[in-house]
Amino acid sequence: MFGLEYPSIQLLVEWPEFFNQGAWYGFNKITLINVLAVVLTACIFLIGNKKSLVPHGMRNLAESAVDFLDKGVLQQAIGHGGEKYLPYVAAIFFYVFFGNIFEVIPTFQMPGNARMATPIFLGVMTLVFFVAVGLKHQGPKYFINACFPPGVPKALYLLVAPIEFLSTFIVRPFSLAVRLFANMLAGHILIVTFAVLTAALWGLSLSLVIVPFSFFMLVAMTGFEIMVSFLQAYVFAILAAVYIGGAMHPEH
Amino acid sequence: MSVLATIAQATETGALTAAELKNNAAASGAGLAYGLAAIGPGIGIGYLVGQSVQAMARQPEAAGTVRTTMFLGIAFTEALALIGFVVFILLKFA
Repeated sequence: MFGLEYPSIQLLVEWPEFFNQGAWYGFNKITLINVLAVVLTACIFLIGNKKSLVPHGMRNLAESAVDFLDKGVLQQAIGHGGEKYLPYVAAIFFYVFFGNIFEVIPTFQMPGNARMATPIFLGVMTLVFFVAVGLKHQGPKYFINACFPPGVPKALYLLVAPIEFLSTFIVRPFSLAVRLFANMLAGHILIVTFAVLTAALWGLSLSLVIVPFSFFMLVAMTGFEIMVSFLQAYVFAILAAVYIGGAMHPEH
Repeated sequence: MSVLATIAQATETGALTAAELKNNAAASGAGLAYGLAAIGPGIGIGYLVGQSVQAMARQPEAAGTVRTTMFLGIAFTEALALIGFVVFILLKFA
């Protein structure tokens, strides 16, 4: 259309391995981004862990981020007794955020979470974590409490129990994963669309780049995607906290 | 509708193969799927954020709680639109 050559989806999300194509130890851009996200998350934890009374430099950033997670996520979603699960929620938040932010970092330009493997792993890990928390706080009765919410007429349990089971143990990890994956993939495709348009117009004539605002939209979308990558990490962390909080206390 | 018209015309003349026909149908179905999936969540998120802003304006001291709940609600509502987007990707590319 209009002489534009839009790249296929394989070109946008599938990356060749750096060396030895097809070997079992294949290492491509997504793997590199995931490794970097793990390293950066570990850095935040190590920086925040330094034993000095007065924080300075990078430690200010790490401490205010963790303080935000404590006050803005855990206290709101779980309430008293939620501080215990701060390390898990913080690790999830930083890992997802660093994986996302590579979407706008030049030379990477690819969100690590735009491949389904990472989000589905994080979703299943959160499922295992909140089931473990439920078993710890409520014992084996956790599964009964989760499937049979109180205040429902007895006969309706025939209908309610399967729905509750599905929505708690199947839909939760799936929706966590799909939300993150689809948001990042949509952002990536959006940025690529405007980049392709800008490049095609640039090839035609320089002034054409400015006129239809495609370059302006590219810049604006890049800023928007920075916000989205933070927001998705925040939403993932807050939902994980809500699920953990729900597993700690039975509904009543 | 023009895509469907082209398909109908082309099948009569036998110009399109079965694979091309399937691709065309999938492409128009994908666009419809995402467009329809965006309607409900669009209305929902607009209503949700509007009510949240009203709640924050009436009771500024509860703004923190309202904001957290608002993001939770947005996340749940948005999931429907995103599932529509995934359907779009699956129809278009898979």
